[in-house]
Amino acid sequence: MKEEQSKEKVKKFGMVIDLDKCTGCGACMVACMAENNVPFKEDESKKLDSITWLRIYKLTNGKPFPDADICYLPRPCQHCGGKGEHGHSPCVSVCPATATDYSKETGIVSQIYTRCFGCRYCMAACPYHARYFNWWDPVWPDGMEKYLSPNVSVRMRGIVEKCSFCFHRYQLAKDKAYFEGRREIEENEYQTACTQACPAGAIAFGDLNNPKHAVYELKKSSNAFRLLERLQTNPKVYYISGREWVRRAGDNYLKDEKK
Amino acid sequence: MKIDRRCFLSLGIGGAAGLALSPIPWKLADDSAIWTQMWPWTPVPADGETTYVKSACTLCPGGCGISVRKVDNRAVKIEGMEGHPVNDGGICLLGLSGLQLLYGPTRVKTPLKRAGERGEGKWVKITWEEAISEVAKKLGDLRENGESSSVACISGTDKGSVPTLFKRFLSVYGSPNFMRMPSVLDSYELALSLSFGFAAQQGFDLEKADFILSFGSGIIEGWGSPVRMIRAKSSWRESGGKTVQVEPRLSNTAAKSDKWIPINPGTEYALALGLAGVIITKSLYRNDFVKGSTSGFDKFAGLVLSAYTPDAAEKITGIKKETIEALAVDFARAAKPVAICGRGQGRAQGSLGELMAVQALNALVGNINKEGGIFAFPNPGYMAWPDYIADDIAAEGIKKERADGAGSGNFGYAKNLTNRFAETVKSGKAAVNVLFVLESNPLYSLSDTNTVKEAFKKIPFIVSFSSFMDETAINSDLILPNHVYLERYEDVYVATGLSKPVVSLSKPVVSPQFNTKHAGDVVLLIAKEMGSPVADSFPWKSYSACLEEILGGKWDKLVREGFWTDGASSTPVFKTSSGKFEFAGGFIDLAALFAPVNAEGDPKAYPLLLIPYDSMRIASGYIGDPPFAVKTVEDTVLKGKDALVEVNPATARAGGFSEGSYAILKTPKGSAKVKVHLFDGIMPGLVAMPRGLGHTAYDNYLAGKGINVNELIGTVEDPASGLDAAWGIRANLIKA
Repeated sequence: MKEEQSKEKVKKFGMVIDLDKCTGCGACMVACMAENNVPFKEDESKKLDSITWLRIYKLTNGKPFPDADICYLPRPCQHCGGKGEHGHSPCVSVCPATATDYSKETGIVSQIYTRCFGCRYCMAACPYHARYFNWWDPVWPDGMEKYLSPNVSVRMRGIVEKCSFCFHRYQLAKDKAYFEGRREIEENEYQTACTQACPAGAIAFGDLNNPKHAVYELKKSSNAFRLLERLQTNPKVYYISGREWVRRAGDNYLKDEKK
Repeated sequence: MKIDRRCFLSLGIGGAAGLALSPIPWKLADDSAIWTQMWPWTPVPADGETTYVKSACTLCPGGCGISVRKVDNRAVKIEGMEGHPVNDGGICLLGLSGLQLLYGPTRVKTPLKRAGERGEGKWVKITWEEAISEVAKKLGDLRENGESSSVACISGTDKGSVPTLFKRFLSVYGSPNFMRMPSVLDSYELALSLSFGFAAQQGFDLEKADFILSFGSGIIEGWGSPVRMIRAKSSWRESGGKTVQVEPRLSNTAAKSDKWIPINPGTEYALALGLAGVIITKSLYRNDFVKGSTSGFDKFAGLVLSAYTPDAAEKITGIKKETIEALAVDFARAAKPVAICGRGQGRAQGSLGELMAVQALNALVGNINKEGGIFAFPNPGYMAWPDYIADDIAAEGIKKERADGAGSGNFGYAKNLTNRFAETVKSGKAAVNVLFVLESNPLYSLSDTNTVKEAFKKIPFIVSFSSFMDETAINSDLILPNHVYLERYEDVYVATGLSKPVVSLSKPVVSPQFNTKHAGDVVLLIAKEMGSPVADSFPWKSYSACLEEILGGKWDKLVREGFWTDGASSTPVFKTSSGKFEFAGGFIDLAALFAPVNAEGDPKAYPLLLIPYDSMRIASGYIGDPPFAVKTVEDTVLKGKDALVEVNPATARAGGFSEGSYAILKTPKGSAKVKVHLFDGIMPGLVAMPRGLGHTAYDNYLAGKGINVNELIGTVEDPASGLDAAWGIRANLIKA
């Protein structure tokens, strides 16, 4: 009985992104930047050092006109659970400072800025390029720092940052629920900024363990896939696409290999 | 021991070498790196009480409701308003970046008067009293000299109370020259007044439609009300609605459609007529509607059956006739098909013939004034304005021919020909002494920028009401900075493409950050300063008092809920002389109406075609792209300061270009250095370039990046209407 109760509490927050609905408009990227005090520089066209916790990739099917096709794929941190959900995500396994950790309670991979000393080992380990390094101190033009949100700390030079599934929103929702005498939060009480903003409704977010949450059923779709599944990183971000070439683009296959 | 030179040097060098080999310098460098990390140049945002303010976004004509999160008196995040009829919680990236505009460095902080040459950027700060009395004096003098009609105003929109106040001011003052920035709305409004017989806005009940045939409209790229359109697109995925996209380039909309049909650019009208021909030949049209509610069908049918057979249409459009026939059948057999047009975001006016051809498809399938179809909303009547008093000067001035020629001569139907305005002023055909620029950036956004620049040089006094130091503001003589939308009250009317018009209320989320003034208040003050008789028509003591009065009973609801929808749907009436829907707008010479619009330039000197495209990530209207939005632009569009143009690999190979190679893009209007990006999704022979780049004004996050495509594209006058029908221009790529 006691064990059952504690099991009920274990959450596995994840995302299901419908690539057939995604229009590549970029609202999720900016919602994320605005929510999380992400800095910007004069030139952001060098995408390797452009900090985008959520980045939209443009996929092409490689066929010539007029059979060409494109698809957009938003990529937040995949919050890998590792094989068997033991929390051995690639980045957590290598961090020498315990600056990134796997929460068994929520399934969220954290990034603790004050612990990070910038060795960038995690960046090398992450197969999704979801981690970014602050090569410079952030600079806001005069007056613009007024819009910075107190919910997320501003990062300094020399540390790594990445998508947190808007963890501060989870904390705020939980605080509110506790204050109102509830132990559990509702699905709509904790949504990431990108999910909330998406005009196409392409992103669903919730507890993958909870049958009442939309993501529970969505992830079971026959068109659902995850990125680089064969690495067994066990990501918590699922993608849905009706197009076979898009699903195949989610992993590396040999030319003649059947999926 | 004696320390000689040799000993000193060896000690020094030896010591330096020893130190370098020791861990000391590395340790010190490391420590300083770590300790400087902690220096207080990383801001720590102050905490406080969190509140939300409901308001409306005015950054584009979409009219979304927003909910702004505040911490104490700082606005920290803009989110979409849940339950708003336009966007219901969704929001686009421009709307999300609004706070970067509010707190950004490009704000004009106080009224400014030009000190140096125009465009030099030398200004002196003046007080509001000085600024207003200067404008009022200038206007008063002109009016006394009988030159009242030489005052003009270019506004981003003509809907809403502030543009109406400006228009009212010009009417009372004695000028007919209120102009709106060009867009496909001009064509839609013109087509509606001809086919439906009254001044109206085009509405689409797209969520309930089940087959959407789009002639190049960027359904998910900012056409109509952007967030609402993206939501509609998602809704079709649930409801099974089909979309077919006809355009020469694989846009995001084309990629997300059920079918993409590439077409020779500029020949969309011929496809629409070809489809109409098939529908008529196969008797697939709704006979009851066509016989009972339309007029001019026989004449229209006569033209399309003779001149736009599937074979003829194939020849013009480059689409196989089997495809045309199949598409016509699918369209006509669908339960609620709708055809829409306006390329990309609809930034160009387009030819009247093209719109009439598309509208004819809607009429053939009888999907007018019914669920899942198209509607005509009478022009906004939600504001109750008291009549104004026009004295003799005003009555005479307003009757004069407009500077852009709209409404007279060959252009009797047109309401706004703002592109033509630049041409007439430049050539001296129209004399303009004072120009007001409201919520628009004509010096950047109008096609053929060089002509616009020349025209502006001929206008002795330009007054900008811009909140931002944009291209037009820099080249003006006086800037009277408006509050930005997060600091002011304003009604936001949106009908574009909606199934019902919605009025939202923009509210001050924060107090004005700088010494700015509401443009509505400034008009009232100028009128007051001028005294009777102009002032008599502006009895309000402030803009907010005016807004409250003209909105009447709707004011309370707007303040409380943030929006108001017109419950009464438009009545299915046609007010044409026949009392029916007029095929082809009742034009006598149909061949002239449906004449092809050719791209400017000699095909021999310019073998390629340049077409602009629109992207949600690059704001191309009055607002320049804020830093967050620029950050989302792909490196295949903008790399450093270089613009990349999309070219088909076959075309690039023929010209000797590979991915990333530099080229000079030449058109009859100008040339620019660009980089080549190979894209399989574009028809061979075309060069595509995004709108919204190449700003010279704004901040370093935007200025100097890429090329302004408007500088390379000219205007092509539609003979039937005077509208600018250009969809591109002939071009050439030369090795750089």
